[in-house]
Amino acid sequence: MISTPFEYSRATSLDDALAKLGATKGEGKFIAGGHSLVPLMKLRLSEPKILIDIARIPGLSGIREKDGKIEIGAGTVHHDVASSALLQRACPALSDCASEIGDPQVRNRGTLGGSLAHADPAADYPAMMLALDAEIQVKGPAASRVVKASDFFQGLFTVDLAADEIITGIQFTPVKSAGYAKLHQRASHFAIVGIGAALNVKNGVIQSARAGLTGASSHATRLTEVEKALEGKPATSASVEAAARGAGAALEDINSDIHGSAEYRRAMIPVFTERALKQALARIG
Amino acid sequence: MAVAPVLPKLVGQRTKRREDPRLIRGRGTYVDDIALIGMQHIVFKRSDVAHGRIRSIDTSAAKAMDGVEAVFTGAEIAEFLGPMPIGTPFPSPEHRAVAVDTVRFAGEPVAVVVAADRYIARDAADAIVVTYDTLPAVVDLELAMTGKPTVIHPAFPNNLAIALVPSGTGVSADGSTVDDSAVDAAFAKAEVVISQRMMNQRLAPSAMEPRGVVAHFEPGKESMTIWSSTQNPHILRSFIAALTGLGQDRVRAIAPEVGGGFGAKINIYGEEYVTAAISKRLGIPVKWTEDRSEAFVATTHGRDILGYVDLAAKRDGTVLGLKIRLIADIGAYNMLLTAAIPTLTMMMANATYNIPAIRTTLTEVFTNKTPTDAYRGAGRPEATYFVERAMDMLARELKMDPAELRRKNFIKPSQFPFATQMGAIYDSGDYEKALDLALKNAKWDQLKAERDAARAQGRLVGLGLSMYVEVCGIGPSAALPTGGWEHSQVTIERDGRISATTGASPHGQGNETTFAQMLADQFGVPMDDITILHGDTGVVKQGIGTFGSRSQAVGGAALQMAGAKVKTKMAKFAAALLEAHEDDLVFENGMISVKGSPASGKSFASVAAYAYVPVPLPPGLEPGLSDEAFFEPSNNTYPFGCHISMMEIDRQTGEPTLLRMVAVDDAGNLINPLIVEGQIHGGLAQGIGQAMIEEVVYNEDGQLMTGSFMDYAIPRAIDFPRFELDATVTPTPVNPLGAKGVGEAGTLGSTPSIVAAAVDALSGFGVKHIDMMLRPEKLWRIIQGGQQGQGGQS
Repeated sequence: MISTPFEYSRATSLDDALAKLGATKGEGKFIAGGHSLVPLMKLRLSEPKILIDIARIPGLSGIREKDGKIEIGAGTVHHDVASSALLQRACPALSDCASEIGDPQVRNRGTLGGSLAHADPAADYPAMMLALDAEIQVKGPAASRVVKASDFFQGLFTVDLAADEIITGIQFTPVKSAGYAKLHQRASHFAIVGIGAALNVKNGVIQSARAGLTGASSHATRLTEVEKALEGKPATSASVEAAARGAGAALEDINSDIHGSAEYRRAMIPVFTERALKQALARIG
Repeated sequence: MAVAPVLPKLVGQRTKRREDPRLIRGRGTYVDDIALIGMQHIVFKRSDVAHGRIRSIDTSAAKAMDGVEAVFTGAEIAEFLGPMPIGTPFPSPEHRAVAVDTVRFAGEPVAVVVAADRYIARDAADAIVVTYDTLPAVVDLELAMTGKPTVIHPAFPNNLAIALVPSGTGVSADGSTVDDSAVDAAFAKAEVVISQRMMNQRLAPSAMEPRGVVAHFEPGKESMTIWSSTQNPHILRSFIAALTGLGQDRVRAIAPEVGGGFGAKINIYGEEYVTAAISKRLGIPVKWTEDRSEAFVATTHGRDILGYVDLAAKRDGTVLGLKIRLIADIGAYNMLLTAAIPTLTMMMANATYNIPAIRTTLTEVFTNKTPTDAYRGAGRPEATYFVERAMDMLARELKMDPAELRRKNFIKPSQFPFATQMGAIYDSGDYEKALDLALKNAKWDQLKAERDAARAQGRLVGLGLSMYVEVCGIGPSAALPTGGWEHSQVTIERDGRISATTGASPHGQGNETTFAQMLADQFGVPMDDITILHGDTGVVKQGIGTFGSRSQAVGGAALQMAGAKVKTKMAKFAAALLEAHEDDLVFENGMISVKGSPASGKSFASVAAYAYVPVPLPPGLEPGLSDEAFFEPSNNTYPFGCHISMMEIDRQTGEPTLLRMVAVDDAGNLINPLIVEGQIHGGLAQGIGQAMIEEVVYNEDGQLMTGSFMDYAIPRAIDFPRFELDATVTPTPVNPLGAKGVGEAGTLGSTPSIVAAAVDALSGFGVKHIDMMLRPEKLWRIIQGGQQGQGGQS
């Protein structure tokens, strides 16, 4: 890779990272795994003057359970999410999702925070964040805040994150009865269509459901029509098949590229919605 | 004297590659690892339009940058570097390594920066301002043939690089007279004719190591050393000598560790000429290293050939005649072998069958794309694909088992050597044996039952079978303008160790191992005492190179011949020491001794030492133990095999999954079955890649849409089932080893067998042929269409 020239420094703490970023006056970028930023720098589509390495900030990575919620540090690499015993027990769909990102090299370098901040329209995590109703923890120079995933993803490569802020992690209430299903793009292994789905089931009845879509549109999107169609329905295959049938029908501006036309992607949304929901059904314990 | 330990015979053993420990541990030295004092770095400014006239180039900002040594436009380069030569006899437009006034594909060089490091050079290249008068681009080969919307080279109307070359039955050797009567009669007699348009799509070779060049001209010595990631340093030397005006005695070409070539590193590239010419011009060493993005546009692509195939047969399955009209999209320019690659497709149209009448024609077309040239298989996978797809369609039409249709039409073992309709002489073959072994290993009948059972459950499962025959071990000198021989020199060093050179420059074929195995057996010494030297014209006196699966069959034979010469001389020295007759001596276990009395022998090393200090010198002998040989094969070799695939297609998404890949390959005698399997694995991987996930795609403006591994899929382990390999052994009579060559085999049988499996899986939807690659959406559309045809059931 021959990028434009840049300087590099390593942040020792979150405060240090934010201070260093502030000092660059808009010419700096954070780098963790680099799997989103470096390809852009290679093509000179991104030309940061200063890179601030946040990969080794103590405490920024890790997966822990706290007050019935799970917190995952922004610096946690995909492989650690995929192989976490805690997640595999409490929320296996998120491990599944991480295990399907890219390839082993990507999974051992790429980070959760990097994926969310970059918000590639075909990234896997955003769909799962929507399905889990996760909260994104954000820290700025003055204050910290929490953003719901459904408010976070706003457009093509656009998220609710100011230029002087950093994602520190996510938190969510673990859902065992969740699933993630995707159609792999065979070169990059991004999602041509990816669906995260979670079911809240009591006494065999779906109390509520959440579904997130990635790959098919400019940014990860909730499939509210699927969610509504499932509410109050028995937790059966017939219910999810019926609910999945119309998935994505209301979406406009479906993505189209050499890997899949808009028509194909549109047709795949119900297919993978049903698959994700059936994974969730199979995990109702 | 203690009895020497018994050394096992190594030829035929699964000896591990001695190359791997250094390569796996990162201790190989590649071109980019080479650094010379005072070395400057080259970066090419490349066109971002596919077709246009260069209106202006402003290099002033680049030249003003700190660390920039020089900037050259194409016109400035043309002042000291002539147009690029090609290696085929076909007419070709002038091709400058750096475009002078017109660019014809996106990525064509337009200027060159020389700077203190790569980073400065790249920044300077970005600072060069080029303006173009954009011309229309043409990327569709059949549209290009109409001459619309653009003519890329004015001297080639309708973009026809080659208007039409006929070959086959009734065509005279020089192509000047064509008698169609036999072919017409065959089709007139036909009870069934299969006709299909098939596209064999464009691929990016994608060697793990991109290309790179270091050129070091020494003004005081008027000589040049050039390091390049090439498959054939001796050919590189010839061309660099010709274009720099230096004699071949003044150019040394070195291919250090080469991280894969796949045919794309046969060609001598503009970057090699420019780097050498600039080093000579400036009198300093210069380096150019291709980056991956560059490799996608600047390294030749492979395949991209359209076939209109007609197959005539009787209803009992007897094939009567074959017609293939080939149209090759060669991109914007002819490179070294570009024009010749599709002629190999014609040459192999006879496949494994006794087809009485064949007509092929070849048209080659310029488009605004990266030029094509050799890619693993180079014309033969295309031939196999066209013929085997047609055979599969015929079997389907006749409701015959695809294996039985093949069996009915095979050239029989008794017919070898077999003169084909295409002018080839197949050396040896037993196709039925390979077919039967593949059927047995796949459990063909059981597999069909499994497929049918899966279908009964609603699953889309299919089987595919393909034969192939390849032309390898190229070849007699009549087959190659460079000469078709190979060269080796074997030297017994003074300490009894052996160094041997080969002109067949390996870049992944494992010849350091297989050649050492051969010499170890020949001289009865441990393999560890042997070093194989290659890839340096300063060390290896002569050579052609490694391509066309020739290194073992041709290079190995030269090695054995050189070894035999040295062994004969060494036996004379040993005979003098042992006071025995040289014909009574055996070389084994590190000793040379009289047959039947090993205890009386002399150590190999002591005889070597004697040969270099020969007191007394036996009469009629010169001191020393070193000799060379050129091996000229009497013919090409024709390895063959049978590949069987099983595939399942997801009914909802169209995603194909390869369930089984059974391959039986006959490469003649095997020196090292482990290395042979490795070669087949690699070939299968690239064949499966072509069938299922690889395709170079351009948009209408000539912009490459698959310019990185994010969009161009390289097959990985997760894309394959376990390969089930086996071999039959039909030695070739054309070289003393009986070895045929195996480097490309895996790419031949795999693509048609996989596509046949996909067609079989989707046969319920009325589909007869599917062009590669098997994109899920393409398969999904077939499933959708079929379902609509059946009344919209789901």
